Amino acid sequence: MAGTGRGRPAGARAAGTINAKPMNFAVLQFPASNCDQDAVHAVRLLGHSARLVWHKDASLGDTDVVIVPGGFSYGDYLRCGAIARFSPVMQAVKQFAEHGGLVLGVCNGFQVLTEAGLLPGALIRNRDLQFHCEFVHLQTETTDSPFTNQIPAGKILRLPIAHGEGCYFADDATLAQLAANHQILWRYCDAGGSPTEAANPNGALENIAGICNERRNVAGLMPHPERACEPLLGSDDGKWIFASIFSALKARPQAQLA
Amino acid sequence: MKAKIIITPKKAVLDPQGKTVQTALAQMGYTGVADVHIGKYIEIDLVPGTDKAAAQQAINEAAHRLLSNPVIEDYKLEIE
Repeated sequence: MAGTGRGRPAGARAAGTINAKPMNFAVLQFPASNCDQDAVHAVRLLGHSARLVWHKDASLGDTDVVIVPGGFSYGDYLRCGAIARFSPVMQAVKQFAEHGGLVLGVCNGFQVLTEAGLLPGALIRNRDLQFHCEFVHLQTETTDSPFTNQIPAGKILRLPIAHGEGCYFADDATLAQLAANHQILWRYCDAGGSPTEAANPNGALENIAGICNERRNVAGLMPHPERACEPLLGSDDGKWIFASIFSALKARPQAQLA
Repeated sequence: MKAKIIITPKKAVLDPQGKTVQTALAQMGYTGVADVHIGKYIEIDLVPGTDKAAAQQAINEAAHRLLSNPVIEDYKLEIE
């Protein structure tokens, strides 16, 4: 399956967008990806263009943003994300990121990006060995990133998680570097915004739920913003993250990104 | 000729499986267990006539790039 909705119709524009040219999201599809369609749905719902890119494709085509979606790519064999990082499409994603393109990894996508060396650290088995499927609260640590710039100050995001290996780990030197460069984007917190031990669903060091690279164009998080973009789904807080991406793209020249 | 790779979590990394098994062993009455670490064992069959030194070098590289994740794991390689 090479993906539905490939090749954006010229001038396609979803109802509701007024002045913005739709942005092109490439959503990767690995064997056993299972949040790819959710990501496509969320992007289109928010008025932009999304298409699936098969893992064997060596090119991303006309793309403004790459989403590495959740799931169990390659059956999570060996380690989560360990095999996916060697797929042809990931070589294209590496190049895209090197040229400054925006890349967002969600859940398994976060794992793939750490395995690929595009983000520091690793994601290991949840501390209680349980698969967690629930809503969590997130505190946004900085609005200085293409993934957080539209999140209102003090806003606590409520997003779903669904993972067995989401415990963020990095050595002390890496953690210090993440803090010094303000690369920690989100931490798990309670409903009141305190990053407590009880609010940490998986044992992640320093309650880290999501980070970005030093250049700030690649980010990953365990919670699923694409599954929370409409009130029907229990939360629409995910749209703040997408709104941040749209805003960042609008503010930058796009010609050289492909 | 076989390459045997034993992969274990680094000491600084939380190993909840190891801890759980350690607790189970204690509950079963096995005393004297100081720590349990759970990792992986990978066996690679090499084609006959493979040069041992070259295989050692290649598998070390593969263990670093794919078979283990150096951020969280250590490995030991034996070729025999």
